[in-house]
Amino acid sequence: MLYIYIYIYIYNIVRCGGSKVNLRPPIISTDSRFLLCASGDLVKVYSTRTEEWLHSLQGHTNQVTGIALNPANHLQVYSCSVDGTVKLWDFIDGILIKAAYECNCLSVIYQKINSPLVAVHLPKSAEQEVEAKEMSVVSSHISSNPSCTAFGRGVRAHSPLHIMTFEPCFFSLKATDKKGAKNAFTCIACHPTDDCIATGHEDGKIRLWRNFIHKKEYTYSTQHWHHNAVNTLCFTPEGTHLLSGGIESVLVQWQYGAGNRKEFLPRLGGSILHISVSSDGQLFCTSHSDNKITVIESSFKVCGVIQGLVKGDGVLTDLMIDPRSKALVLNGKPGHLQFYSLLRDKHLYNLDIVQQEYIYEAGLDQFEVVKAAFDIKGSWLATVEERGQKSSDLEFFLKLWAFDERTQSFVLNTTITAAHTDRIISMCFSSSKETTMLVTIAEDGQFKAWCQGADDQNFWSCDFVGSYHNLKPTNCSFSADSSLLAVSFQEVITIWSPETWEMLTTLCQPPGVIRDLCFGRLSCSKYLLGTTTRNLLCCWNLLTCALEWSSSVEVSKLQPDPLSENVAAFSYQSKHTDVFVFKPSEPRPLFTNKNVCSEKVHRAVFVPREEPLNNCDESSQWLNRSQLYFLTQNMDLLTFSTATEEDRILSSSKQLVIDDSVAVTPFYLLLGKHGQQQQKLNTQSHPAADKPQQPQGSVTIKELLHTPAHVLPAASVLCSMFVNSLLISNTGVQQDPLREEMDSEKEEEDSEEEMEACDSQQELRVQGSVDEVTLKLSKAQERELKRVRKTDFSWMAGLIDSKP
Amino acid sequence: MMSTDLRSAMGEFKVHRVRFFDYMPSGIRALAFNQDTERMAVARMDGSVEVFHCSDRFFQEKIIPGREQFGIEGLSWVGERLFSAGLNGGITEYDLTNQKVKYTIDAYGGPIWTIAGNQQGTHLAVGCEDGTVKLFEVNEDNIQFERNLDRQKSRIVSLSWHPSGSKIAAGMMDMIQVFNVETGHSMHRMLADRGVGTSRSKECVVWSVVYLSDGTIITGDSVGMVKLWDDQTGTLIKSHNVTKCDVLALSVSQNEDSLVAGTSEGIVVQFQFVSMVLGKDDKEWVRTRTFRNHTHDIRAVAEITTAVVSGGMDAQLVVRPLLDKIEERSAASALRKIHFPHRRLVACARKSGLMLFQYPGHLELWRLGESEGKGIPGSSLFVKRNPEKLLHLKVKGEDHIRCSAVSPCGEWIVYSTASTLRLYRLHCDNNNISITKISKLPKVLSSANQLCFSSDSSHLFSASAQSSVHLVSISQSGCKFVGTLKPKSGSHQAIHLLAASEDGKWVASANSDHEVHIYNLQTRKAHCTVPIYSSAVTAMGIHPATNCLFMMHADQQMFEYSIEQKQYTDWSRTVQRKGLHRLWVERDTPCLNVMFNPQNPSHVILHDMYMLCIIDQSLPLPDDKTQFYNQLTLKSLTEEQRKSHSHAFKVCKTFKDILCVELMPDQSLVVVERPLEDIATQLPAPIKQKKFAT
Repeated sequence: MLYIYIYIYIYNIVRCGGSKVNLRPPIISTDSRFLLCASGDLVKVYSTRTEEWLHSLQGHTNQVTGIALNPANHLQVYSCSVDGTVKLWDFIDGILIKAAYECNCLSVIYQKINSPLVAVHLPKSAEQEVEAKEMSVVSSHISSNPSCTAFGRGVRAHSPLHIMTFEPCFFSLKATDKKGAKNAFTCIACHPTDDCIATGHEDGKIRLWRNFIHKKEYTYSTQHWHHNAVNTLCFTPEGTHLLSGGIESVLVQWQYGAGNRKEFLPRLGGSILHISVSSDGQLFCTSHSDNKITVIESSFKVCGVIQGLVKGDGVLTDLMIDPRSKALVLNGKPGHLQFYSLLRDKHLYNLDIVQQEYIYEAGLDQFEVVKAAFDIKGSWLATVEERGQKSSDLEFFLKLWAFDERTQSFVLNTTITAAHTDRIISMCFSSSKETTMLVTIAEDGQFKAWCQGADDQNFWSCDFVGSYHNLKPTNCSFSADSSLLAVSFQEVITIWSPETWEMLTTLCQPPGVIRDLCFGRLSCSKYLLGTTTRNLLCCWNLLTCALEWSSSVEVSKLQPDPLSENVAAFSYQSKHTDVFVFKPSEPRPLFTNKNVCSEKVHRAVFVPREEPLNNCDESSQWLNRSQLYFLTQNMDLLTFSTATEEDRILSSSKQLVIDDSVAVTPFYLLLGKHGQQQQKLNTQSHPAADKPQQPQGSVTIKELLHTPAHVLPAASVLCSMFVNSLLISNTGVQQDPLREEMDSEKEEEDSEEEMEACDSQQELRVQGSVDEVTLKLSKAQERELKRVRKTDFSWMAGLIDSKP
Repeated sequence: MMSTDLRSAMGEFKVHRVRFFDYMPSGIRALAFNQDTERMAVARMDGSVEVFHCSDRFFQEKIIPGREQFGIEGLSWVGERLFSAGLNGGITEYDLTNQKVKYTIDAYGGPIWTIAGNQQGTHLAVGCEDGTVKLFEVNEDNIQFERNLDRQKSRIVSLSWHPSGSKIAAGMMDMIQVFNVETGHSMHRMLADRGVGTSRSKECVVWSVVYLSDGTIITGDSVGMVKLWDDQTGTLIKSHNVTKCDVLALSVSQNEDSLVAGTSEGIVVQFQFVSMVLGKDDKEWVRTRTFRNHTHDIRAVAEITTAVVSGGMDAQLVVRPLLDKIEERSAASALRKIHFPHRRLVACARKSGLMLFQYPGHLELWRLGESEGKGIPGSSLFVKRNPEKLLHLKVKGEDHIRCSAVSPCGEWIVYSTASTLRLYRLHCDNNNISITKISKLPKVLSSANQLCFSSDSSHLFSASAQSSVHLVSISQSGCKFVGTLKPKSGSHQAIHLLAASEDGKWVASANSDHEVHIYNLQTRKAHCTVPIYSSAVTAMGIHPATNCLFMMHADQQMFEYSIEQKQYTDWSRTVQRKGLHRLWVERDTPCLNVMFNPQNPSHVILHDMYMLCIIDQSLPLPDDKTQFYNQLTLKSLTEEQRKSHSHAFKVCKTFKDILCVELMPDQSLVVVERPLEDIATQLPAPIKQKKFAT
């Protein structure tokens, strides 16, 4: 029996790897350098030029549902989340400035699912956390889709008339509704200067409404290009163009006021979900259904693609790890396999398997990659593509791809058109290093072994066809050394020798059809594990051909770790999924985690770590060599993380300095860094650290000498700086205990007023003047002065505070 | 064509389904709207002019038939007078009372392309082929040439007066000229751009021009642009690319806040003068709605108060209501397509089974086929004898036929043009058909607005000027003038409907002023006048048994008037009190014939373009809650339930695009259909357009 101990350790289950970046429209910062998008509980900041992920704004505890630039300060961004908070961030430095609970600012669209649109006045307060009570419901019955809400001209004047909201009853299109015409609204956009509303409709039409405050005399013009629903609409900031997108994945630019003149940018990938435009109108970005953001110049040229983990409607292939790149491989774009780096949370590339143009139209039956498998070295990839899942006439191809060292990609080697007479259920590569063999099992009751031809053409051909009493096979697996092949036929497991193709033995444990099969690894390679549909987890000893142990547990997925003996089992019971990790040799779980998620888990994978952790803790040892990732039915990719890892992540994110990754020019290196140093010098000005300034000066000299002359600033600028760097600061020359005391107080003040940069500057000036005086004053006078200065400061601070 | 006999599911009728009447409506060339009288004048390609009453469900009140080689290019109202001009170089004024041409004078400028009257009603301007704009002074009963404006090199294609009457904008080849009417000199010359590419060598025709009171000139040209010009500076303000083809027609609304443009692709584009920022006054012309109701070139558009009216080569007049201008939605505010004239073009000799088809330039006489056996309801019967064309009678002279009739016995055929009336006698011995023209006609029979035979074929009624009806007796020996029936009082509008009673005692006439007079034929005096109803009479008939006059009106109301008692019958009063069903009132084509079933005196048979209806006066009237089209429901019910569910209106929609329905004495119905698809196939090919997914 399998004993279950419940450990008190609760591991953090982390959502990782490509949350949706297309949930909300991304925004482009005013200077067009950054692109912000809501992704899970983060707000991610990307560079528009390099498409690199710079850093993320962490702090929300649930899905971020909206982001908006602070209209008063273009370096700040508001974000709102399902956790009920609105936060204000400095997105360049990634600092949280303010958080407000249960509140909203007028410019932030804050919506819970199916809740009315509310406008909340954010109270002005210096505190970091405020609770906003002023909240006004603008309108109810509004779809939670962000393209269904738009703000018109003059919102800042607080005129409620101009908040144009998406409401089917707003225009009351009764006349057209009754004919069964599909003209339901799908999205809305407001012209920035004119009183004109553009609406997109389900039948692909775009209507431009004018005169809409009159009840009857409103008028509209219709433009029609899209053949399916218009997903999103967006006006350029000047109002000269209207951008629209839909399932066709074509960005259409309509000239405002010029009828049907339009431009197209086709073949952008998945269907367009959102469009946003930078405030200077130079950059557009579109988010697509395949979790992608495309950055487009206003000249209609794609200049960047930010690709998240592509999640279609479902992952048909297993989660796999490419043994070479250690990338996660699964279904990507329709007809493609995607390679996704979990480490860098970045999409690497797509491998076109189907090699046919995908037509973005609903209801078409097109080829999909349904199975894929890598051999152990990563030099072969087998894929199965299928068409006609819904209809009766099934069409499928088995393809084998060889890794080409020269091009560093997979090249099609063999296409097998009729590998089986019916659908392929599963396939696996033999794990031996010498010969590569592929075994496929299909619904026609046969399993076939495929080998590379002996001749120099090295194409793949069928080597052996096996069956067992005409039963339908359900799964297959090779042992770790490839000396055995286990194929399950309904309730029976047959063990074959791949060398001679003779059946060695059969194992049977009725009732229940075998669902999953896996051999133990390393020291446990004598064990074979199987799960049945009747909620049984069985472990056979292959030496004795007897059942070692079995346990009654409903296992939806069995996943062995290739680098250790561990096997992870996902069990779905009473509407939540539990995870057990155990070794086949002992029926005792190493680790148990109850209630990992509320959905069933069908896909999981162990990802080898780059460098093993040295965790001595018994319960987390299984995570030392590899990490377990699993995919829920909601297409969330989850993983277990240890505490040390989280610390590392946190520390690394803190180390990231935004300016390093943006436009690092020699100018910046010279001036920017130096400025920082100066600031540090001045603000901290630690007298105790009475060091000569030589090292810093030498840095400056170094930079000066190593920078090409044509990028250097004018000599006059450099001269004073250079001289300054050579000078020894006059602060802290005297070793005075009183001064020390004073400075420590000063430091306190500094830390108090860290937030207000201007204040500290002001203080600096005062400080500088005081320092000059101190040289001539007695100690008593100094004390007096100190007192005076203290009062002075508070007064000054008050003055400065009240000034803005 | 074919003649199928089938029994209708409703009632017990054998139906002759006639599809061999190849009627082709003529394309619409020009429209003119008179705001004061709410009349829309329509000029067709064959030179005929029709007047529609816009507030009376667009009933076709007047038809002035055209002539051979008499193409109309422009129409214009001056007050209540209607003028037209055409490529024959003449200006024509119409006598709308008697529905005929009043006079035609030659403008001596070659073919005339356009005609426009000023708002003051003092002058008419015509644009001629020789490049002159000629001004005509409108006098009491004629027009007189006043002078020419500065002569241009190319033809004048379009004209528009400034509402003040002091300036005229003229569209020409490649340019637009603005004339000062006082001096006759050109004020501005604005050049219209030619198209790009291959069309660069083709000149740009300014097909249409509109002059607004604020000095904006709007033009539509053959490049497909609608351009706005400023007449102060003579510069282009804005241009809208509407189509790749031509913009053929423009029309501005009365208050100059909306403009419609018709293109050769068959679309109508609306522009509106709206403020770009709400609450401010800076207005701009913005393209708004697009209406696609035509398949062919739109040659004329007109924006009336509540609707956009358009017509073109596909010969249908489309009335597209502007919903924002309509106070409440009703049957009067529905999209309306007028395909067929609101007059009967088919006459039927009931006793001999002959049909007379009236074409503009000839008449055709057909004998109906015969069938045998009895089939199940709805099935077609075997045709024993095919229908046969007996006669093809060409009209003498250039005038088109105004009206025609065949006597119930089938022996007499009469037709009238604007100038002559001809009576023929038909001899039919076995298969030898011959006709003889009756030569000595009484003088009063020089021309008729409407013709009708008495039921015993012994008399001919001819409606002529001043709402009078001449009575002529016809016999083998010849025809003799009997007398003139004149109304006691009332208007002198032309009569468009005549109905004679079965017993030969009464005749009723209806004129365009909605007056219905009843005459006693024995005393040859006016018997009485039916109270005048606000809507025009579209069809009427006298009941053979009760001698009640049954009238259908354009607003779909029905009245039954007892001639003997000189009052409405009780049934008619009940109908008026209870009101008609909403679905009945909302139908958009008028009823064109009233028939009575001699076997069932309570049955009245009506038809319009889309349906055939039997009104059973003995059954209760439907109210708005009852199911109106209940034929299918009734079929599924038992005999007892049927009684409680049935109501007076039995509607049959088996037939479509009906031109005429006639009840024959042998209880068979003749249904003359003219499928619109057949008309469409005979039209010239439209402009080829690329369509999505083709």
